[in-house]
Amino acid sequence: MAPLVEMRNISIAFGGVQAVDDVSIDLYPGEVVGLLGHNGAGKSTLIKILSGAYRADSGEIWIDGKKATINSPRDARAHNIETIHQTLALADNLPAPANLFLGRELRTMFGFLDDSRMEAETTKIMARLNPNFKKIAEPVSALSGGQRQSVAIARAVYFNARILIMDEPTAALGVHETKMVADLIMELKAQGLGIFLISHDTREMMELCDRVSVMKNGQLIGTERVEDVTEDEILSMIILGKKAPEAV
Amino acid sequence: MSTPKSASSAALSGAKPRKPRLMDALEIDTRLLGMIGAFILVALVFNVLTDGRFLTPRNIFNLTIQTVSVAIMATGMVFVIVTRHIDLSVGALLATCSAVMAMMQTAWLPQYLGLPLGHPMIPWLAIGAGIITGALIGAFQGWLTGYLLIPAFIVTLGGLLVWRNTAWYLTNGQTIGPLDQTFQMFGGINGTMGEFWSWVIGIAATLAALTALWAKRRDKLRHDFPVKPLWAEATLGAIIAGAILGFIAILNSYEVPAARLRRDFEARGEVMPEGYTAAYGLPISVLLLIVVAIVMTVIARKTRLGRYIFAAGGNPQAAELSGINTRLLTVKVFAIMGALCAISAVVASARLTNHSNDIGTLDELRVIAAAVIGGTALAGGLGTIYGAILGALIMQSLQSGMAMVGVDAPLQNIVVGSVLVLAVLIDIIYRRRTGKG
Repeated sequence: MAPLVEMRNISIAFGGVQAVDDVSIDLYPGEVVGLLGHNGAGKSTLIKILSGAYRADSGEIWIDGKKATINSPRDARAHNIETIHQTLALADNLPAPANLFLGRELRTMFGFLDDSRMEAETTKIMARLNPNFKKIAEPVSALSGGQRQSVAIARAVYFNARILIMDEPTAALGVHETKMVADLIMELKAQGLGIFLISHDTREMMELCDRVSVMKNGQLIGTERVEDVTEDEILSMIILGKKAPEAV
Repeated sequence: MSTPKSASSAALSGAKPRKPRLMDALEIDTRLLGMIGAFILVALVFNVLTDGRFLTPRNIFNLTIQTVSVAIMATGMVFVIVTRHIDLSVGALLATCSAVMAMMQTAWLPQYLGLPLGHPMIPWLAIGAGIITGALIGAFQGWLTGYLLIPAFIVTLGGLLVWRNTAWYLTNGQTIGPLDQTFQMFGGINGTMGEFWSWVIGIAATLAALTALWAKRRDKLRHDFPVKPLWAEATLGAIIAGAILGFIAILNSYEVPAARLRRDFEARGEVMPEGYTAAYGLPISVLLLIVVAIVMTVIARKTRLGRYIFAAGGNPQAAELSGINTRLLTVKVFAIMGALCAISAVVASARLTNHSNDIGTLDELRVIAAAVIGGTALAGGLGTIYGAILGALIMQSLQSGMAMVGVDAPLQNIVVGSVLVLAVLIDIIYRRRTGKG
């Protein structure tokens, strides 16, 4: 079976800094791959190349065994790649439905925005993701961190993503909401989505991911199946930037 | 059937305890109410100070036609400011568009196309050329801002000098006139609808507004959204109908002076019948403003373009990550601004019956002030079309009210400047209190 996504030999530099240096990772359907590393290790940059926010200096992206060209967020969406950015990327002055459908608005037969249908669809998906969500008509600036997170997640889930990128989805959440996100990841995985997950929480990653890739200073240190390594071994990869010696 | 829905609506809005219940039911923006209140206050104060001369049909008529030019541009300035830009060149751009249109009418079309002066196509070709000029110059400034990333403040500050003096070159600094008779109809008192057609338009507008209100309610019911109680809907409808028809009634009670009517009859070789009267009614320029306001409001609320303008203003990175081409969006926003400058140029030059070199001078400040007084936030993402028009109306009321009272010209400007700063302060306090923006 061909991997859902293969990023091959990706490099990108900003000014003199080599943010991502010849990194290759892949992702299979129904799999969660975690990206670990310190701040500035290049995880978010790597993933932004896949979501179309940055363009790689060199390297290739293959999707379903075919070479893909992703030059913009629009291209990424055309490949059913959805991203939940660390910053959530919400327009704070607009309500949830406008944010959920931003760039992909539903329109009436006359070409005008169909706000009622977008509101109804938003109500439907929010009822599934976050039953406590009530403030449909208010600007998202009036929402709590968890509710804003649900809007960002709803945006990724609504459009039948096949590849989901989640950049620190639980960083700003409380215990209860973190649990909800974890359950959702498991549910989407069971539906056959491939998920790239970025987090600092190594323990959480060991629970949620099938494989983890560790980065340091823009380079890939290694990719391991979670059942083959201990949390301490992963930590030493993150901190020391080298693989644990085989068969200690 | 409406009871449980209105109950849930009340429960939802119960989250904001300080708002009175009546306002909740009507779902009227308290900000809008505040502005209307400020406008009424200004009008009443001046009415007292002028012994009732401020609120006469004649003065209201004059006030509306004086407001149109700035108000039309202010609607475009809302989009510009919402996307976190500014346009300091609108007054100068108005002058260039006005110069192009004046030269088309009086020189270029007659000389190069051989159309005789007074040919029926002349005004329309001139207006078309003016709007294309405005849109192209606007798009160019938008390209400099959006693609070359020069701050709009600098681009349009330069534009202020460039277009003001381009207008000068086009006309050799001369006053160009008189303009075409049909063209002059867009200027205000030279073109009004008369009593009958004013009522027709007023009634049609009322029916359209009520239909829109009804359609919105039906749409909400279809999706099982909470709707306002029927009495609130009816009250809102009555207020809208009353406002439109009342406005028409006021304009229709401003009568054309008998001497002028007699001259019109004599010009047609007829004798004026005894006791004949006629009212000015709705000025064509005001009708033009209303059409512009409706179109701009529909763009803002019902089209992707409008949605992207507000999204990009609220969070430019989010807009880009959503696949919105924010650079092209900037070009479009400035092109709309330019086209509106041209429409304002039609109104302003037609009102003067000629193109003069200083037309539109300092309009950039009036337009920005109108948009800002109307609640457009310079931080971006927030603003309404009706607010900007109300802002223009409040500014013009202050200015002409003070002129009627006999306030010294320098003091007038001191007051207008202070009001601008005060209005923004009140807005900041309001937003902080309500947590909006």
